[in-house]
Amino acid sequence: MSTIGIVSPQSMHFPEPLPLRSGASLSDYTLMYETYGTLNADRSNAVLICHALNASHHVAGVYEGVDGSRNVGWWDNMVGPGKPVDTNRFFVIGVNNPGSCFGSTGPMHINPATGKPYGADFPVVTVEDWVLAQARLADRLGIGQFAAVMGGSLGGMQALAWSIIFPERVRHSIVIASTPKLSAQNIAFNDVARQAILTDPDFHGGDYYAHGVVPRRGLRVARMVGHITYLSDDSMAEKFGRSLRNGDFQFGYGIDFEIESYLRYQGDKFSEYFDANTYLLITKALDYFDPARGHGDDLAAALAGTRSEFLLVSFTTDWRFSPERSREIVQALVKNKRRVSYAEIDAPHGHDAFLLEDPRYMTVVKSYYDRIWHDMNGGRA
Amino acid sequence: MNFRELITHRPDLAFIAHWVRNESHVLDLGCGDGVMLEYLQSDKRCLGYGVEIDDGKIPLCVNRGVSVIQQDLEAGLAMFVDNAFDTVLCLSALQMMKNVEGILADIARVGREAIVSFPNFAHWPHRLALLRGRMPVSKSLPYEWYDTPNVRCATIKDFEELANRVGLEVLECVALQDGKPVTFLPNWRGSLAVFRLRKKIAA
Repeated sequence: MSTIGIVSPQSMHFPEPLPLRSGASLSDYTLMYETYGTLNADRSNAVLICHALNASHHVAGVYEGVDGSRNVGWWDNMVGPGKPVDTNRFFVIGVNNPGSCFGSTGPMHINPATGKPYGADFPVVTVEDWVLAQARLADRLGIGQFAAVMGGSLGGMQALAWSIIFPERVRHSIVIASTPKLSAQNIAFNDVARQAILTDPDFHGGDYYAHGVVPRRGLRVARMVGHITYLSDDSMAEKFGRSLRNGDFQFGYGIDFEIESYLRYQGDKFSEYFDANTYLLITKALDYFDPARGHGDDLAAALAGTRSEFLLVSFTTDWRFSPERSREIVQALVKNKRRVSYAEIDAPHGHDAFLLEDPRYMTVVKSYYDRIWHDMNGGRA
Repeated sequence: MNFRELITHRPDLAFIAHWVRNESHVLDLGCGDGVMLEYLQSDKRCLGYGVEIDDGKIPLCVNRGVSVIQQDLEAGLAMFVDNAFDTVLCLSALQMMKNVEGILADIARVGREAIVSFPNFAHWPHRLALLRGRMPVSKSLPYEWYDTPNVRCATIKDFEELANRVGLEVLECVALQDGKPVTFLPNWRGSLAVFRLRKKIAA
């Protein structure tokens, strides 16, 4: 299938403050975004793609690097011409959330109040805060209502939050490999990751920018822990098993097993480009997400005001955001008599499956968008 | 989808659709490609959910604009609250289930009325095959004994007994042959047994 080709990011500055759930606010901020496809005359074909922990506004297409290296969008298999989210039909927006390290205002940027990088002073942002920021971008782009808001994992939380906060602005919510709230185990993994960063001597209370260092060791361990939770036991066993790097035990603390080599490589790569403060912020946003909390822990009550239709997808071997969590959302929607479809894909890849190309998964999403398109065109295909 | 399309495509479903009231809340267990729910939604303005396990069928339902939930019926209907539906459909699915009694009890829990259909094992060609000493293979039971997904074989008389036991009262029972009701010797001449049931009200 063809890709959308070379794309370039845009930025938009918002001079007005963004009030945050914590009570703090961002005095002004910039959002990075990309768009693909064309907004139609009645502005009814816009689709918002929300990103997960380590992704960005670069959803699809490629950046052509100066050295010819190509940087492919994180959901390029999902978004593009003829793909499930067909950019020949839909105007697709990828947006980078505040607090991120891919260009939108984040902890490495200058805090106008101090003239120094925010560092650890960057306010804690929540999923709901991101949705508010995204809604302002939509306002400025002249989009009153999205045909669909879609995301996987943490992105799925944003799609769900959109349906709750702006029910009249979303026709379809597509929530993939997500959850209505993290389990204690999820939070525990996040805190191990945070502790790795916070206790790195190079962290300097979050102000490592001023010291010209990066808490690389902490970030690396954080990523290694995270990465374990994205894979299934089976996929790890199949990919690495107990294979030895050098054919025999080394009787030391270097690399013996292939899985060690893989995780260390992933950790190293991640620590090169990701920001430690952003990692802390995003894991907190994950931990805090719990729309039922304000409704006596009744998810159905939290979703009672939604108006959109829903598609949920989960993957059987995803133990980080298991199918059970998606079923809770489906159950709460059914209780509210919302139109909802749910696909449980029997894929071996764990949580990572939502980024991979499984034909059953792709077909369900494509069928759903075909239906949105069909309905938009008055029943004509 | 209109009635004419349904009756051409699936005459058995067209017959059963008459029993579903306009604008009712419907659950279709083993909804397959979603054709029944699409008809009920578009022509009878019903609000419905389908439950289906087959990966290949889910996109077909989604494409028809039918709300479908992928789930194994053997896992029960915990997804749905008591009395959530006016009518629960379970059409040509029961015979593939291990825990038939369990799912029937759950149908009685979540629905006020139910419509259940299954291949009638007492259809005369099946009886004839058994008289000849062979397991029946026919249009309604098209599988050999060793590869059939139909693990439960029942007759019209058998089913009525079980329905009563799980708290469902038989309102109507019709045997269909090629989508048309059989009135004379239905348990012999009908290949598809269709029951319309109502939850018994506790005395």
